[in-house]
Amino acid sequence: MSKTLPHFVLCLLLGACASERVVLLPSTDGSPGKVIVRDAAGERVLDQPYAATARRLGINRPTVTEAAQVEVRYGETLRALPPRPTSYTVYFETGTDTMTPASAQAFVGVKREIAERPAVEVMVIGHTDRVGSPAENDPLSRQRAELVRDQLVAEGVPVEKLEVAGRGEREPLVPTADDVDEPRNRRVEISIR
Amino acid sequence: MMIRAHRALAFMFAFLAVAAAQAAEVAGMVKISRGEAAIERAGERLPATVGTPVLATDRLRTGADGALGVTLRDNTLLSAGPNSLIVIEKFAFNSSTLEGGMSVGIRKGTLAVASGKIAKRTPESVDFHTPTSVLGVRGTEFLVEVIGGSDE
Repeated sequence: MSKTLPHFVLCLLLGACASERVVLLPSTDGSPGKVIVRDAAGERVLDQPYAATARRLGINRPTVTEAAQVEVRYGETLRALPPRPTSYTVYFETGTDTMTPASAQAFVGVKREIAERPAVEVMVIGHTDRVGSPAENDPLSRQRAELVRDQLVAEGVPVEKLEVAGRGEREPLVPTADDVDEPRNRRVEISIR
Repeated sequence: MMIRAHRALAFMFAFLAVAAAQAAEVAGMVKISRGEAAIERAGERLPATVGTPVLATDRLRTGADGALGVTLRDNTLLSAGPNSLIVIEKFAFNSSTLEGGMSVGIRKGTLAVASGKIAKRTPESVDFHTPTSVLGVRGTEFLVEVIGGSDE
């Protein structure tokens, strides 16, 4: 009591003793985000960058902050956010496991990205177009993924960092009728996080 | 007789502990670790070094000079600032169907979040909560701070 009461009075005087805060940040990909803060009394919707709630005297009150304040108060926390996951796609010639020349070139950036990340995890996922039967395309998609994995391993990426999957013609980037030759679907996605 | 009963009991507890450890799903991995940063799992305290897997039900704890960054399997990014206690209460994710759910408690300190694939596909199955409030998330980045809060 002797400890909490003066603290409480000080809080009232300073008006700065929120016990909880929520701050909506601008999203890096520019998509409009939203956080809904609910408690027993109701809800507050945060849908603008730097909109915030500060809980005082048992109520989540709406407030607004700004980039500079966020940096002062939460800079250390924000700097500990892991690097954003990224994804690259490499493309193949029809019915083969040969990369297109442009993709072979883009591959250089992939290797650099993998080398730079802390405790990197990489998923290599192969796809085909709808030329040929699903029974042929499942192993082909896997072969393409394995080819990309082997190239990454040859370049010095530790094999235990790499996970491989073949999804056949199930997940086309561009939906087509059966047996359509669609270069954009003959691809391997490399997801890096 | 007594000894045998003890052994049976010890065996049973060991079995339960292993079963519990196996039941906890891998939720993510430590990517950034600074200062005093630990993972508390089944009553044990493990150093949260870069590359350490994070399991569902793990607690992330940082000291006054600590910070901890974790990437979850659905690409959600979390970071705990100094003097924080964050609990991964639930996590499930199927990377083929992109279905799953998560529940994360901020007991004290600060947490930054960049939401991932589960929040994008089924936002209703994602929640972050403080001692008093529950946050619903619609594909976004945000900060939560709990001043005071609980050490448990």
